[in-house]
Amino acid sequence: MNTTKIWEIMKKEWGEVFKNKIVLFAVAFMPILFTVLPLYILYSTQGGGDIAQAFSAAEEMPSEFAAVCGSLTGSDCTQFFLVSQFIILFLMMPIIIPVTIASYSIVGEKTTRTLEPLLATPLTTLELLAGKAFAAVTPALVVTWLSYIVFMVGTSIIASTAVFLKLLEPVWLLAIFGLGPLLSVAGVSIAVMISSRVNDPRIAEQLSSLVVLPLLALFMGQSFGLVTVNETVIIWIALILLVLDAGMLYFATQLFQRETILTRWK
Amino acid sequence: MTEMIVTNNLSKSFGDNLAVDKLSILIPAGEVFGLLGPNGAGKTTTIRMLSSLIGPTGGEAFVAGFEVGKNDYDIRKNIGILTEAPGMYDRLSAERNLAFFASMYEVKDVPGQIEKYLRMLGLWDRRKEEVGKFSKGMKQKLAIARALLHEPQVLFLDEPTSGLDPEASLLVREFIQELRHAGRTIVICTHNLNEADRLCDRIAVFKSHLLALDSPANLRRQLYGRTVVFHLAEANEKFRGVVEAKEFVQEAKLAEGKLIVTLDDPEIHNPELIRVLVEQGAEIRFVGELRRKLEDVYLHFVNASSNSENNNEHN
Repeated sequence: MNTTKIWEIMKKEWGEVFKNKIVLFAVAFMPILFTVLPLYILYSTQGGGDIAQAFSAAEEMPSEFAAVCGSLTGSDCTQFFLVSQFIILFLMMPIIIPVTIASYSIVGEKTTRTLEPLLATPLTTLELLAGKAFAAVTPALVVTWLSYIVFMVGTSIIASTAVFLKLLEPVWLLAIFGLGPLLSVAGVSIAVMISSRVNDPRIAEQLSSLVVLPLLALFMGQSFGLVTVNETVIIWIALILLVLDAGMLYFATQLFQRETILTRWK
Repeated sequence: MTEMIVTNNLSKSFGDNLAVDKLSILIPAGEVFGLLGPNGAGKTTTIRMLSSLIGPTGGEAFVAGFEVGKNDYDIRKNIGILTEAPGMYDRLSAERNLAFFASMYEVKDVPGQIEKYLRMLGLWDRRKEEVGKFSKGMKQKLAIARALLHEPQVLFLDEPTSGLDPEASLLVREFIQELRHAGRTIVICTHNLNEADRLCDRIAVFKSHLLALDSPANLRRQLYGRTVVFHLAEANEKFRGVVEAKEFVQEAKLAEGKLIVTLDDPEIHNPELIRVLVEQGAEIRFVGELRRKLEDVYLHFVNASSNSENNNEHN
């Protein structure tokens, strides 16, 4: 595998894709929203709010909250509980952003008719897909991790030290730095598979976006108290994703049939 | 003479549709070869097979000594292709487009090659502009530059002047002539018969299978012989009779005050005809050759093929 070619594809993708306003919007707007929203919630619950007052009035914290908050006070627990709901948002970023980029980059090659001259070069399918995938995954992870850093800096300013330290617990770090890349790879694999079969970037993006549904279910489950996202859950999800990613990457490469793509597409 | 492209019974089917049927051709190095045929004749499919973009379903093909389907990487390194649509990245500059493809072709001197071809095609001053702002002709020229960046031995040009204005078409044709003089093997796929006539050493008339293969001049000769027109002060039956009496003359007729003579070899027999006519008192004002259009040759083969297909269907 020629890494120079992969790097050139990545640079070309970034030069091309980031001039697309829809992609730029997805890459820029979502991280800003997903970072500002939890920080705003932290800021607005600085005084404690109703739940904190209720906790203070009660003799002891409900067991579910105690399990999540540990030794945090009622006010800190309120902040931490609300903000921790948004951990899932930081997991949506690495999946939605690459799906958007990959959908446009592969179907875009078809719509601009650049795919045929590109496939006529001495470039292997693996090099092409690796370049496309890395071009999609890298900005998604950079943006997610930057957003998380901004979020943590904001938290250190707005929230108490106890809440800040709680957000640095392994479950968060494991989710952001472990689960994030695995989710990105899953998103890109699905986008590549779908892009190989459809001719419209919007259809590819819409279909690929369905990959976010399991995460939304997890978000809802956590919000309604049906699931508690802890280290064990994250590790299980990571292990399942690892296996799924390997399988999906293999299928994505197999589905990318040069001849089928060239001859079916008009 | 080195054969640059060899196909033996090369075939391609898409399901029940036989796009290319047992195509056998030899194209020597340095030849400009035209692939002519109606829409859906399989021209683009043939070029795609020879470019290792799609695989054959039958027969075999060798390009620059490498076998299609077995040495695809080597074939792609040694060919350049101008696809039907230029296919450039509109949001990138001309220079950036070429730099990207140069790296895909593993070109050693990327800036040097880019400058060489952009200057050659008159795009050097526009190199920093986004390709999306280019006219179709400029994009086509840029696509030709892309096909040449890695100095390929074989060049496939699919409709090289399609949609271009006369000035741009002329520039592209002149450029193809330059490439021919540089010894490149060029396969042109075109509907522009005038262009094929001017550029190609040999042509293949093609409709899924090979209908005719030779130089345009030889195909004309095979079908129609050669026709010489004598512009006389007064063309009459006496002069026609004298000329037709010559054994090497196939046909002589009068039309619009001219004597029209069909014969095999005007270069050898014209002096004798002129002498006989002058002896008979003819005042010859001008002698020229009536050149049949390549279109006539093309339509002859394509229509014959269609008629044959219709007859087969009725039977």
